[in-house]
Amino acid sequence: MHLRDILSKYGILFALIVLVLIAGILSPAFLKVENITNIFWQTSYIGIIAVGMTFIMIGGGIDLSVGSFAALMGALAIQTVNALGDTTSSVILSILITIAVGALLGAGSGLLVTKGRIPPFVVTLGAMAIYRSLVLNFANGGVYMSRSSKYSSIGMMRVLGLPVPMIVFLIYVVVASIILERTKFGRYVYAIGANETAALYSAINVDRIRTATYVIGGISVSISAVLLSSMMSSVSSSSTGNGFELDAIAAAVIGGTSLSGGRGTILGTFLGALVLGVINNMLVMLNVAVYLQGLVKGLIIISAVFIQNLRTND
Amino acid sequence: MKKVLVFVLVLLSLVTFAAAKYRIGVAIPAADHGWTGGMVWWAQYAIKQYAKDSTLEFTLVTAREPSEQVAQVQTLLAKGIDALVINPYESAPLTPICVEAFRKGVYTVIVDRGIESEEYNTYIAGDNYMYGYLAGKYIADKLKGKGNVVIIEGIPCSINTERVEAFKDALKPYPNIKILAQQPGNWSRETAFQVMQTLLTKFPQIDAVWTGDDDMLQGVILALQQAKRDKNIVLVGGAGQKEILKMIMDGNPLVQIDFTYPPNMIATAINLAVMQLKGQNLNGFYQKGMPRKIILSTETITKENAKDYYFPDSVF
Repeated sequence: MHLRDILSKYGILFALIVLVLIAGILSPAFLKVENITNIFWQTSYIGIIAVGMTFIMIGGGIDLSVGSFAALMGALAIQTVNALGDTTSSVILSILITIAVGALLGAGSGLLVTKGRIPPFVVTLGAMAIYRSLVLNFANGGVYMSRSSKYSSIGMMRVLGLPVPMIVFLIYVVVASIILERTKFGRYVYAIGANETAALYSAINVDRIRTATYVIGGISVSISAVLLSSMMSSVSSSSTGNGFELDAIAAAVIGGTSLSGGRGTILGTFLGALVLGVINNMLVMLNVAVYLQGLVKGLIIISAVFIQNLRTND
Repeated sequence: MKKVLVFVLVLLSLVTFAAAKYRIGVAIPAADHGWTGGMVWWAQYAIKQYAKDSTLEFTLVTAREPSEQVAQVQTLLAKGIDALVINPYESAPLTPICVEAFRKGVYTVIVDRGIESEEYNTYIAGDNYMYGYLAGKYIADKLKGKGNVVIIEGIPCSINTERVEAFKDALKPYPNIKILAQQPGNWSRETAFQVMQTLLTKFPQIDAVWTGDDDMLQGVILALQQAKRDKNIVLVGGAGQKEILKMIMDGNPLVQIDFTYPPNMIATAINLAVMQLKGQNLNGFYQKGMPRKIILSTETITKENAKDYYFPDSVF
């Protein structure tokens, strides 16, 4: 591991701790165990998407479609369960179908980027418009409601007192972290993002690795969509997922992932997502005036990255 | 050859012109949350009502941002329309093009969001003041003038501000009602859910919640259920979304009232344009012309009358 990476990791951890302390002093209710689990819960679905985004970004790409992609996958999961009936096996089957379709669509984006030689910005911008339009079209602009109480209970369930979305999020972070930082595949992802030509000469199948990052992105979006849609037991064709792409990219970048590829960690993204979650929670806890929320949020994000850079330059 | 082509084109345009006597352009924002989705649905519904009327031709366009809407209206004007029914995405940017339409003699109906000019034919809108005021009045009565209230409002904008101020106006005579928090839920179920989850952790006693619309109310209900605090609390949303209306109809104790801000005002506006073009006047009016300004009343929905407002086929 590079010293630089370790430092930037601790930098964001430092920023997070400062943020939590400030929030805790200004509003003691912030530090309640219940509120802390709520923050993990509220961060989970953006966080899972951000994990997928981290793979894509380290590999030198970007995915702007994740928001409408999540709405489409959530709608698919709900409609499949509704069609199959309210049984445990149909819920499991629908989730598997959703993840499979998500992986396929991810592969589609990846292939257009690699084999089609279209910039990822363009491919995923197009995908964003297409997915949203499909979601709107099938619901006629309305809401997809889940008729299955078994499906709706997943997102609200607690195991050992912890909300299921939070547990899934933590497990996903650990698994993703191992894949990215402890496997050959992970090393290849860094290599193609850092220097594509060098990677090609090292006999790395650049196209295949890059496509795989989009597949991971699609799987992440699907898992997140299942959690979100079961939690809300609905997907709004017009509003669900709006702005997710910015939050996911922001989480990755705050966590030290480079916008130009080759650099970043899952732990960093995890902490970056938590910083965003803490900010959102804090704004409500401290009852910050509506119009000033953007100002506070913006200042905190910029300072968080600033602190990180200070540590890196030492 | 060229002459023949021109002749055919002229003939074709004459034919289409003869077929559709009145061409009406409808320009509204694209569905970006439940209510706008409802408006798109109602616009399509109204147009469908006239499907058999061959004297009418409709063009419906939806925009994702103001500049797109300006371009769409320009295209409609270039195409040639006799009436324009528009819900401006924003007031200022859409004003010049609406005025241009009016000056060209297009019958211009402005829906809900006004423009910054008096150069239009008819304006029809909901009553934002009463929408907030009636919700506040109901909560004050229900709490008997004492308790803790939380406001979860919509996306910051002038409509939202007017509603929230009116809500607070209604609470002014009750010094023992305390507004614990006022936070944006952005007209989204997910955001309202998160905000309510956090507020429930912070405040042990919340007696009433007002959300700017029914979408957000559903998020609040989920948060209350999850925290097992869905008892002894007064909940008020607004705009008459069908799932909430169903709860009121079924006598669910959580939600007992709703206030309209009807997305079907677009359908009414389309009817107004049709009546104007066909030279009909409003039933019961002695005047020949259409009214210049119509403010629709905010209607109160309870268990008794909920079925009159419930449209199961609508998307909102």
